[in-house]
Amino acid sequence: MNKVVENAEVAIADIKDGAVIMLGGFGLCGIPENCINALVKQGTKELTCISNNAGVDDFGIGLMLKTRQVKKMISSYVGENAEFERQLLSGELEVELIPQGTLATRCMAAAYGMPAVWVKAGVGTEVAIGKEVRQFDGEDFLLEMAFKAQFSIVKAWKGDTHGNLVFRKTTRNFNMPMAMAGQITIAEVEELVPAGSLDPDHIHVPGIYIHRIFQGKNYEKRIEQRTTRK
Amino acid sequence: MLDKIGIAKRIAKEVKDGYYVNLGIGIPTLVANYIPEGVNVTLQSENGMLGMGPFPFEGEEDPDLINAGKQTITEVAGTSYFDSALSFGMIRAGKVDLTILGAMEVSENGDIANWKIPGKMVKGMGGAMDLVAAAKNIIVAMQHVNKAGESKLLPECSLPLTGVKCVKKIVTELAVLEVVPGKGFILLERAPGVTVEEIQKATAGKLIIEGEIPEMVID
Repeated sequence: MNKVVENAEVAIADIKDGAVIMLGGFGLCGIPENCINALVKQGTKELTCISNNAGVDDFGIGLMLKTRQVKKMISSYVGENAEFERQLLSGELEVELIPQGTLATRCMAAAYGMPAVWVKAGVGTEVAIGKEVRQFDGEDFLLEMAFKAQFSIVKAWKGDTHGNLVFRKTTRNFNMPMAMAGQITIAEVEELVPAGSLDPDHIHVPGIYIHRIFQGKNYEKRIEQRTTRK
Repeated sequence: MLDKIGIAKRIAKEVKDGYYVNLGIGIPTLVANYIPEGVNVTLQSENGMLGMGPFPFEGEEDPDLINAGKQTITEVAGTSYFDSALSFGMIRAGKVDLTILGAMEVSENGDIANWKIPGKMVKGMGGAMDLVAAAKNIIVAMQHVNKAGESKLLPECSLPLTGVKCVKKIVTELAVLEVVPGKGFILLERAPGVTVEEIQKATAGKLIIEGEIPEMVID
């Protein structure tokens, strides 16, 4: 078993034009910075990106939007990104907006080997259009399908050579369900340690879900809304 | 008439000891500052945290620790972290006692619209649709009328919906109202100095006025 790859460039080398990929993070918190930069460098195009947000103009997925590498975004919230809005309004970019919990749960369904889940979010709204509805205990639910993504790209705090991952604070967000949902999952970590160094009781994602892992570098960890008190 | 802080202070009185509460962006965020002493609540942030604390002191911001509004925050004693799937799992399972959020429109049926203005604003619904579909108790904090002076309390919402028959209570700069599907907006309290006539004038949906309407008490 050798999951360790040298760097982001190697990890994403076989992601081809037109691929469906998941990208972890919430806003700019816990995003796979190294892999995003490598995708920009590689110039992979026509991507469908499943990600809660679309970054900001000059960071995160925003970088891939600027280079027109994204064909379609599947997200729950895409504010704070002028280039995104421009491409959306001009029809260059396809966007599917779905409720945040539904997004997370469609990842979870893939992670747990379930084809679909029944959820209540969006009942009676335009999100429900074209979806199968079923009543349970007198209440309507929508059938939401598990995601099928060829690649999942996530970022963790620590990882070991077996692919076991540990996250820090609110970076678990979409990184954890997405790490478990991809057909091939690539994990970049701040610190890569030998198997056996992490406490088995403290592992958030077991290595079985992870196919490639590497220690990232030069993390910028940009803060989107710096708020402080006196 | 209340200002934003007044609205937040009035809503803070709805928060009971032991509650798990999810606060939306804007006025709802301010509610955390006015929860009465002795009332212990745990704030849920849907990006994966229970026990959200105040903003950090300058120099102590942690990029790995943000709330759902992407603001830097802190932990409190007893904080826990989890992923987005579990976060919405607990919301969906009805574990969150109270959700407070803003709205662009609310109908007399309790429908809410707060995520999209066709052709103008397409930022997305974030977690709002999940929250309104699941929370047992939803309070809306908003202005009674929009910037064009039109009522936001309507017979039916004109904007794309976020959820149906879910809003229980509304607190505006003018009034506190209960929403009862099939009946309408029941006027519970007036803001200081505001008359029932003024509230009636600002409410396009069916307003139900029963007996003497008391003035809000805000500390």
